[in-house]
Amino acid sequence: MSLTTTMTDGAQIVKVNAERIDAAMAIQFKEDMRTETESGSERVILDLSEVQFIDSSGLGAIVAAMKQLGGGRKLDLAGPTPMVEKVFRLTRMDTIFDLYSSLSEATAPASANS
Amino acid sequence: MVKTFACSFTATNLDARTGISSVVSQLQTLGVPAARVDEVQIALTEAVNNVVEHAYADAAPGDVLIKAELSPEQLRIDIQDAGAPYPNEQLPDGTAADINVPVSNLPEGGFGWFLIRELASQVQYERSKGNNNLSLCFEIQVTNPPAEA
Repeated sequence: MSLTTTMTDGAQIVKVNAERIDAAMAIQFKEDMRTETESGSERVILDLSEVQFIDSSGLGAIVAAMKQLGGGRKLDLAGPTPMVEKVFRLTRMDTIFDLYSSLSEATAPASANS
Repeated sequence: MVKTFACSFTATNLDARTGISSVVSQLQTLGVPAARVDEVQIALTEAVNNVVEHAYADAAPGDVLIKAELSPEQLRIDIQDAGAPYPNEQLPDGTAADINVPVSNLPEGGFGWFLIRELASQVQYERSKGNNNLSLCFEIQVTNPPAEA
């Protein structure tokens, strides 16, 4: 799977270049996230705008990606499609992560600490 | 009018993805609204993931057979496999995972049956002649003309 990292002043933005985070790629996603975020900013923003489908394996992999960041670092989510947002809402994982409707909203100064 | 279609595939993650995608595109073609197709896809994927990860866990992956029956107000999906039965031939109750815990203890799994039970209006399971037969029903309002994917 392909992840692209962009460093900005306040955060590391990791974009998921895949339409699905499902059981077939959850383990790969988790490992790739570990590599991408091994060093970097305190705040990591995961850009999910290309992701059209996620299942519970993919959800678990995103949770794992946050856990492997360790204490003191934070994983925020940006640009979830309605389907992805639904899975986060149903499982109440929307209460664990900060979800921003778009990357620009996630990086806007006013919302940086919301 | 009732429409039926079916597909079968080997119980691997990649073949499951292809099989589920074919069911999804049929539902879109038949005019099931996009948001409802998403919900069906979530529940169906979780059910098939369970077959791949549990039913055939200790054996070579066997076949998964999916049959769908779309009537004007309901979609019924039957999923059959020849793998191991659910423990005690009972479905998990799908209790929501506890997420009121420190981040380091957050669950990375256990959402599957919760999602299936949230999204399907009816769930039935029967073990018969060495097969698992799982049926998921969804209330559906078919739109006409077909909704865009």
